[in-house]
Amino acid sequence: MAAPDPNAPAVDIAAAMVTAPSTFADWLLILPVAVPLLTGAILVMVRHHTHLHRPLAGAGLAILLGLNLLLLQRVVTEGPVTMMMGGWLPPFGIAFTADVLGATFATTAAFAALVATATAGPSINTAERRYGFYPFLMLLMTGVTGAFLTGDIFNLYVWFEVLLISSFGLLVLGSEKRQIDGTVKYGILNLVATTLFLASVGLLYGTLGTLNMADIAAKARAAGPEAPLVTIAALLTFAFAMKAAAFPLNFWLPASYHTPTPTVSALFAGLLTKVGVYALLKVGVLLLGNQTGAFSSVLVVVAGSTMVIGALGALAGSDLRRILGWLVISGIGSMLIGVAVGTPTALTGSIFYAVQSMLVMTALYLAAGVIEARCGTGDLRRLGGLYAVSPLFAGVVLVLFFAVAGLPPFSGFWPKAILVEATLAADLPWLAAAVLVAGFLQTLAVGRVWLYAFWRGGPEGTPDGTLQLAGIGRIEDPADRIALVGPVVVLAGAVVLMGLVPTVVGGLAEDSARGLIDPAGFTARVLGATAP
Amino acid sequence: MNTIIFRTISPVLVALTLLFSVFVTLRGHNEPGGGFIGGLIAVSAFALYGLSHGVPTVRHAMRFHPMEIAGFGLFLAGASGMLSIVFGVPFLTGLWVFPTIFGVEVALSTPMFFDIGVYFVVTGSITSIALALEAREGGV
Repeated sequence: MAAPDPNAPAVDIAAAMVTAPSTFADWLLILPVAVPLLTGAILVMVRHHTHLHRPLAGAGLAILLGLNLLLLQRVVTEGPVTMMMGGWLPPFGIAFTADVLGATFATTAAFAALVATATAGPSINTAERRYGFYPFLMLLMTGVTGAFLTGDIFNLYVWFEVLLISSFGLLVLGSEKRQIDGTVKYGILNLVATTLFLASVGLLYGTLGTLNMADIAAKARAAGPEAPLVTIAALLTFAFAMKAAAFPLNFWLPASYHTPTPTVSALFAGLLTKVGVYALLKVGVLLLGNQTGAFSSVLVVVAGSTMVIGALGALAGSDLRRILGWLVISGIGSMLIGVAVGTPTALTGSIFYAVQSMLVMTALYLAAGVIEARCGTGDLRRLGGLYAVSPLFAGVVLVLFFAVAGLPPFSGFWPKAILVEATLAADLPWLAAAVLVAGFLQTLAVGRVWLYAFWRGGPEGTPDGTLQLAGIGRIEDPADRIALVGPVVVLAGAVVLMGLVPTVVGGLAEDSARGLIDPAGFTARVLGATAP
Repeated sequence: MNTIIFRTISPVLVALTLLFSVFVTLRGHNEPGGGFIGGLIAVSAFALYGLSHGVPTVRHAMRFHPMEIAGFGLFLAGASGMLSIVFGVPFLTGLWVFPTIFGVEVALSTPMFFDIGVYFVVTGSITSIALALEAREGGV
């Protein structure tokens, strides 16, 4: 291409492009995606120098967390912020738009990932490092953060693909038969969901002629009844519900999440299903909120049965990490209530639940990893006597169990209380009953696990009052012990803090819910600020 | 595939194909071509070389592991978007300079470096797959 001809008529750049200079504050939107992407690229370049991986990835995640915190602070004080990729004006350019919901989720995800992997040294062996645990981890974080911060629905699809491909890599890392088996189930169902998502995005574009989220929110509310928006909303809900593992599309999760290394399971349980929930909240409430009302009675049934079925599955299981998988599903039900009911209180409860669930589930999978490292198995029938060996660890796990079951004063209690209040206020006593029944069943399920793995004297068949601790090994190296147990303790500390001081996360959840219910602020910020 | 004609001619073809892949990548900004298709052409060169001289020879000739090349490409593409932070414009904004080198005006731009990044990503990742498949079949 030649240099611009000086005699050509002047082009009005301002009609097509953003002309205001972008500051570092604007760059806060894209840096949380660019930093893990570039770190991941560097890690791929140095893939044979495995000793460099952990420090590089740790530094990348720490920077990511810092950037997300700065972004969250800015979004809370100023409302949604937006940046147009390449400077092209909305709705044609690809927008990155962070609201309180996205920034909160992104920050929590970065915190969970940092804590889970900062010390993952001993649980990730050299072969897994050589196959690329850390590069995949960074690319997974790129996809997760991108999905939380993008303001363009097709771009959301792209980030889903990025995180999906990285998660395939992480799942098959050990190349064991059961891992490949789990990956096939996980992969096929997720690909079906992604294809459905893509097809619905095509329909949406054909109907409204736009992919920008703010523009969709405005146009969907202005569209006449002849636009097939209810169909599109239903298709998108179906796709995201599949990704979030909502009943009856949940069976891929307990079939795959227990197969990879505990650290990988912990990341998946903490982050991936929540991306599905986030997309449901964003699309189901912010974008097409006036359309999902048409099938909200279906969503109420789905939310209720997901909670109860998940808890029942946890009660029936015998493998530690599979039980946790069912608990993840049960929690997804609670997060769906927000979309199903659609009131600000219900959304606040759901978002609060999602944030605390990210930390609790990550911690529980890591704790399961510690138990498996010591006993060599996750089979409840062969576990026992852990309380006698390490009462402190047993206490930490009990805190996490109480949090997941929603017992006060831990983090799971507050969102469940808010959800019960919201469902009663929305005149859905059955859904409120489902929350309470599911909570009761979850308490039974985690109580059973704690009783078997920790409290009784030894494996199944040990007579009462006697101890049989032969099956429990010690983690010899004290550094390894800290590396394995440390993250669980840190996350449990965060869970206790969240339970004792619920106002911080509660306030963020309330802000997010307000932003979701009323899209005017969101649209004005994206389209208004930069409109010619 | 192990005939003397093929083994004699393939290095020449490989060199020409690689050169052509660079040409296709660079002309891609305004005309048909670009990093993706250029990368695929480069992969076919490496795959051809693998068929005639065996996978270890290709790996040795490439010096870097294909995945490392793909990582470099990803870094280049990401970094070309990051360059706009210095100029106060949004991420991925195209930046152009037109320096005159030996009396010829050369158009350098961030989209070009992005495209070169794509070239390396495609070359690295697909070569990695192609070589793995060739090695699996026994090769030469």
